[in-house]
Amino acid sequence: MKQFLSFVKKEFRHVLRDRRVLLILFGMPIAQVLLFGFALSNEIKNTKIVIVDYAKDYASQQITTKIAASQYFDIDKNLLSHDQLLAAFKKGDIKEAVIFPVNFAEDLSHQNQAQIQIISDATDLNISNQVIAYLTNIILNYQAEQNQLQKIPYRIIPETRMLYNPELKGAPNFVPGVMAMVLLLVCVMMTAVAIVKEKETGTMEVLLVSPMKPWTIIVSKAAPYLILSLLDLISILVLSVFVLNVPVEGSLVLLLAESTLFIVTCLMLGILISIQTSSQQIAMLISLVGMMMPAMMLSGFMFPIENMPYALQLISNILPSKWYYIIVKNVMIKGTGFAAVWKETLIMAGIAMLLFLVSLKKFKIRLQ
Amino acid sequence: MVTANDLVKTYGKKNEVLAVDHVSFSVKEAEIFGLIGPDGAGKTSIFRMLTTLLLPDSGSASVQGFDVVKDYKAIRNTVGYMPGRFSLYQDLTVEENLDFFATVFETTVAENYDLIKDIYVQLEPFKKRRAGKLSGGMKQKLALCCALIHKPTVLFLDEPTTGVDPVSRKEFWEMLKRLQSQGITILVSTPYMDEADLCDRIALIQNGKILSIDTPENISAAYPDKLFAVKANKMSTLLKELAQFKNASATYSFGEYAHVATDSKQFEAGNAPVEFEKELEDYLADHGLENIEIKEIKASVEDCFIKFLK
Amino acid sequence: MPEVVIQTENLTKRFGDFTAVDEITFEVFKGEIFGFLGANGAGKTTAMRMLTGLSNPTSGKATVAGFDVYKQPENIKKNIGYMSQKFSLYEDLTVMENLQFFGGIYGLSDNQIKQNSEALIQELSLQNQAKKLVADLPLGWKQKLAFSVAIFHNPKIVFLDEPTGGVDPSARRQVWDLIYAAADKGITVFVTTHYMDEAEYCNRISIMVDGKIAALDAPGNLKKQFSTHSMDDVFYQLARGATRNE
Repeated sequence: MKQFLSFVKKEFRHVLRDRRVLLILFGMPIAQVLLFGFALSNEIKNTKIVIVDYAKDYASQQITTKIAASQYFDIDKNLLSHDQLLAAFKKGDIKEAVIFPVNFAEDLSHQNQAQIQIISDATDLNISNQVIAYLTNIILNYQAEQNQLQKIPYRIIPETRMLYNPELKGAPNFVPGVMAMVLLLVCVMMTAVAIVKEKETGTMEVLLVSPMKPWTIIVSKAAPYLILSLLDLISILVLSVFVLNVPVEGSLVLLLAESTLFIVTCLMLGILISIQTSSQQIAMLISLVGMMMPAMMLSGFMFPIENMPYALQLISNILPSKWYYIIVKNVMIKGTGFAAVWKETLIMAGIAMLLFLVSLKKFKIRLQ
Repeated sequence: MVTANDLVKTYGKKNEVLAVDHVSFSVKEAEIFGLIGPDGAGKTSIFRMLTTLLLPDSGSASVQGFDVVKDYKAIRNTVGYMPGRFSLYQDLTVEENLDFFATVFETTVAENYDLIKDIYVQLEPFKKRRAGKLSGGMKQKLALCCALIHKPTVLFLDEPTTGVDPVSRKEFWEMLKRLQSQGITILVSTPYMDEADLCDRIALIQNGKILSIDTPENISAAYPDKLFAVKANKMSTLLKELAQFKNASATYSFGEYAHVATDSKQFEAGNAPVEFEKELEDYLADHGLENIEIKEIKASVEDCFIKFLK
Repeated sequence: MPEVVIQTENLTKRFGDFTAVDEITFEVFKGEIFGFLGANGAGKTTAMRMLTGLSNPTSGKATVAGFDVYKQPENIKKNIGYMSQKFSLYEDLTVMENLQFFGGIYGLSDNQIKQNSEALIQELSLQNQAKKLVADLPLGWKQKLAFSVAIFHNPKIVFLDEPTGGVDPSARRQVWDLIYAAADKGITVFVTTHYMDEAEYCNRISIMVDGKIAALDAPGNLKKQFSTHSMDDVFYQLARGATRNE
């Protein structure tokens, strides 16, 4: 135990004395969160909205006026058929549309309930989301105003349709994505490089010719990165909650537990890489090209997995980051409990176990 | 204490590089045993096999009776090893390195302080300095301290003095002598032939093969030829002319002298060395050299090594 | 009076408050083999870097091959050769490819490169190795080849940083034979070494201690001056007094 602790202490000294490593460890996650959080947002001023008014009654007119009054939208009134509308969306001429069905006012006054359809091009997900939120807000405001005059309240139901990206995969969910990326980077690359560095400088030779068990060397080498990645995780969460207003909807304890499982999986991967390579450069290359790129492309936080070719969808299943991403989205964004993610958790644990067994088999107690 | 029995080690995909070629030797307790040979002779491979870092292709070896393959754990508990490259943490201070290695070997600096005291006092003024910023000689001393911290019974030092200046080298060897007097068995490798005389016994090694094993005195005594040291006013001319001298089996520079070896059989037939000297002096004078000085000398280990390479 | 090819006057290099090279003044003559000795950390490498135009002095004067180290480092680089124990040749190129490359960077014409390479390969009897990778040559041959490459473009001065470290005693002497031959052709040789017997091969040697030149003379004179028979002892007497030990 004393060996282990002293090893961990030494490892922290290495990290603290290397400014570049510190920068990667703590500068990068913060930069990524802020970059995704601010640079990618959302200039919704002067967004063009097409209003298709099949009703042409007083209620539809009043709502249109309210929308037009907002400084954010340019209104274009146009009477298009459903097919024309879709064609215009496809060509990219239109990004947002509000559709009033026939008999809008009539439905409202007789049935006390009417529908409005909002269609939005969800490829610009940030903008799309904000526009929808804004429009919904205007409609609800109108409804509230009217209801003060009514005995039986009106209900206007905005029916939103997101085109092209119906399940909202993309930038707004960047926090889970960044978490997966950063943890992957720190645990896989930093661990692999740190272990291989000892091989390169020859210190591994000295450590091997010592009573320290080879596995203890590896585990104590990886342990500090577990702690560092937890620190990273916490700083990302703090940033996202307090700076970006993306709260943790579900259980924080569950989120941390799942993250720890992911970190352990990544550490195993880093250890496996370090066992198989002998130079820092190769270790870094394998971690970056072999791990980071597929993780970024195929885990689902850049491109929706459903839209990928079948072969890539299959490959994405072996990436722990895919499962972690799903878990975090569920726990952090949707606020679901363990019941919703037990399957993913099990898969991730399985991958970790497999990696552990492979590296145990590949591990060499000697040089070469 | 340490025995190597017909050790063979090859590298490469088809085992085409023969690094260690049927090497056998044994080292006694509290002996300083030197592996003397140039870079690439196989010294490091032998050391790595003995310290359980490499598996031999064939042959066997043991350290303190423990087999290097089967009982590698036991060996790792008892030996001290200092690899050829500086293998400490450059970004840790002298003190931190020492403390770290002490805990790795499940001991403390205080526990074995008397063993390293002599060396450590020289490092003490720099104990807060990072190892990477130490001079070559100081790094060597720190590495030795770290290898000694657990009081090993056998010490393996792979080229501890390579690239180190003569003063630091001398001090280093004095330290080894002191360690020997405390009963530690020391295996040391070096490319510097002049360090051979500081060992109790040496193995001369080239291309993975041992050329000769004995005490430095016996190796020198076994030199088959007669050897003369020659000096004259111009070294480069002297060497050129000596190369043309018929009655020499080898001529080469050696410090301020040139060495001339000649077959000793001619002297058994009654020919006196003085006559050979006269013949050589006349030859050189005829070729325009002045201030000629010739004397018969005993062969050094380096002379023997050159002879073996022929 | 022989021609002076390296001249320094109070040459100094400071790193912060640390004076690595402290006002060294010396001259090296044409065709001379000049040994540059000193303990680790005495300032040899720093001095050599200033003379080869790799680092600017803090103060003092120096000319190498007639060029000023401050103003004309590029001219200096054209007129010198350099070889060190650590780096000399590309291991993953063949002998011929290395010659072509080094000939090329010194601006030799294709014809010259061809002629010089053939002559060199003849001289070192490397005919069978010309198409082999340098990595596959024995160390002694590598060092001989490296030295030949360093003087391939016929420089005025060649700087050698521990050219024979770790080489077997026989190959070491062959490298020195090449060094002698180069000096006979008029190439000045500036060499550092840790082998004291090699110090004897130099015409004159300087010994640096704590950034200063503590002694400079022919090996024989130095031994007389310190009343001893071995260079080892001269070095030991001088360097033992070193206070610097960083």
